[in-house]
Amino acid sequence: MSTELYRDETLEPAGARARDSVAQEVEEWEATEVAAFIARQPEQKQEYLTGSRQPVQRVYTPADLADSKWEDIGLPGRYPFTRGPYPTMYRGRTWTMRQIAGFGTPAETNARFKYLIAQGQTGLSVDFDMPTLMGYDSDHQMSVGEVGREGVAVDVVDDMEALFDDINLEEISVSMTINPTAWILLAMYVVVAESRGYDLNKLSGTIQNDILKEYVAQKEWVYPIRPSLRIVRDTITFCAGAMARYNPINISGYHISEAGANPLQEVAFTMAITSAYVQEVVRSGLDVDEFAPRLSFFFIAQADLLEQVAKFRAVRRVYAKLMRDKFGAKKAESMRLRFHCQTSAETLTQAQPYNNIIRTALQALAAVLGGAQSLHTNGLDEAYTIPSEFAMKLALRTQQIIAEETSVTQTADPLGGSYYVESLTNQLEAGIWEYLERIELMGGTVAAIEQNFMQREMADSAYEHALRKASGEHVVVGVNKYVDSENDQEIEVHQGDPAAEKNQIAQLARVKASRDQSEVARSLSELREAASDNETNLMAATIRAVRARVTMGEIVSALEEIFGRYIETPVF
Amino acid sequence: MESLPVGSQSPPIRVLVAKAGLDGHDRGVKIVARALRDAGMEVIYTGLHRTPAQIVDAAVQEDVDAVGISLLSGAHMTVFPEVIRLLTELGVAQDICLIGGGVMPDKDVDTLTAMGVAAILGQDTPPDVIVETVRRLVAERRRAASAAGRK
Repeated sequence: MSTELYRDETLEPAGARARDSVAQEVEEWEATEVAAFIARQPEQKQEYLTGSRQPVQRVYTPADLADSKWEDIGLPGRYPFTRGPYPTMYRGRTWTMRQIAGFGTPAETNARFKYLIAQGQTGLSVDFDMPTLMGYDSDHQMSVGEVGREGVAVDVVDDMEALFDDINLEEISVSMTINPTAWILLAMYVVVAESRGYDLNKLSGTIQNDILKEYVAQKEWVYPIRPSLRIVRDTITFCAGAMARYNPINISGYHISEAGANPLQEVAFTMAITSAYVQEVVRSGLDVDEFAPRLSFFFIAQADLLEQVAKFRAVRRVYAKLMRDKFGAKKAESMRLRFHCQTSAETLTQAQPYNNIIRTALQALAAVLGGAQSLHTNGLDEAYTIPSEFAMKLALRTQQIIAEETSVTQTADPLGGSYYVESLTNQLEAGIWEYLERIELMGGTVAAIEQNFMQREMADSAYEHALRKASGEHVVVGVNKYVDSENDQEIEVHQGDPAAEKNQIAQLARVKASRDQSEVARSLSELREAASDNETNLMAATIRAVRARVTMGEIVSALEEIFGRYIETPVF
Repeated sequence: MESLPVGSQSPPIRVLVAKAGLDGHDRGVKIVARALRDAGMEVIYTGLHRTPAQIVDAAVQEDVDAVGISLLSGAHMTVFPEVIRLLTELGVAQDICLIGGGVMPDKDVDTLTAMGVAAILGQDTPPDVIVETVRRLVAERRRAASAAGRK
């Protein structure tokens, strides 16, 4: 309908002539209305900045988009995917409501999963306890006091079976937040699936498996960087061949942000890390289009709503260009960035905990306006401990209200075309490319991590943020402003079962006593052999070991003999 | 031994900041380390994943005035009692001031303070409050130690 109108420059506000006149009008408006108004009532701040410390103008107009190309904005489901990975977005399918859960023994977590499914949750997400995340069995001395505390304990394949007891894994997607030990947990998942007769190609789910951000941000590691990168490569190539619908990696900015990065650093470092994985897998001989469609991402939704939306749009665009132009991807699916999103736990406060519900709702709205594919909303009590059942239900209801009451889901990328959001998207995109260039000059992502580059940038941002919070420049309601003298917001917090640790250790002892020891020894020596040859894929030997009920801790230690252990030099 | 007045003439405060257990959340501990350092204290950061025994050993070897342990893993009710036990065993519990930081429920905070943790500074504690708390607690310890003729 609009082709004719579009060609008529006078009706096309982004046309060059119109833009010049807009710029002139803005200048004239600044000199008249704005100046007069400010003379009567000064603005509240000298300088307005986004979370990434990008200056914000008083108003945005077509003049700010003078250098923008329609090709960079485009349509949803089409390169460069600025507006979303799918053409119909939430009209076709609402995002997956995926509340993470995990505590105590596998049986306890299994009960929480069933509760969440009954409440209308559409995907599962597993949180493991610290020993499982770090590669220690529940009976290891490093595990004392931490078994089942922050997540569920999984030592051996029997635990994985119990975790998903009575849950059909062909029907629900399962995401596992696990990193240095991800390949072992994936092997356990495969063994459980095989024992139930599932078709591996039908399983959908994700392992986080993003080891590089661990050295930068979350700090869960076992082995040094290079062998760890090889393990990631092995899981990606394994899934490319055997698990058509499974995401072997979830490249995560979330933790980079929570560890202190600003939004620009979050997405820039995530893209740098992505490049490193893609390079590593391509080097092993796999074509980029054979695995890139299954790369998945994970970002945070922070408080600064409009910058967050721009951030999601910018990173989608950068990824598309990176995959096409740097890695030569041909398939559209290799260029479209799909992401899981979680609201920011770091913004939640112990003071006035009910306020956290509102914070989370607004952050979740940013995720949805930014086109997230799945979402976890934090519980109001997360500044205290892991969330209670009630807190998780409220968090899920928050998503359901956004999905079904607000109507923001009716059109794709509803903020696309906003002069401000488009300008900020451009600004963030430019910032990402700048960081990527700097990292390239340092010798690439791994070299930059080894030189503590990202770590230092993030420590600086975190420290500056803490000072702004302390000075009151960054307002946190209930903490540095509108502080209550008395606590009138009592909440019930999750109470862990003190017997969980003992029960889990007893279960592990039973498994260890009942397995075929010679089979254990044989599969461990096979694993060591596989690990010694950098070209061998570790997955096959790991799956055999898991089937023989070798524990995660045993696998981890066996390979530590070959790979060594990572030692950090911290910067602050 | 001559007792030193606590004030501008006293030796700089030495603090060991530590992360215990498997928890890798180090954003807070690094902010604390930097705030204390910027305030003129001598700061040693252990790095991640330390056991209570390693932390106490380092504290004694580095002859620190205070140990700050940051924990966001929920293992605080295991870690702090063990650190207190070790400090007591080595006879330094009165001289080294133990401070906790991180995410923990109020009732655990009460229990830990009753047990001998000098202060628990939650996640929203501003850097200047942390600095002031350490200064105050260390000054109290030094006064008490000098009154008792320990230093």
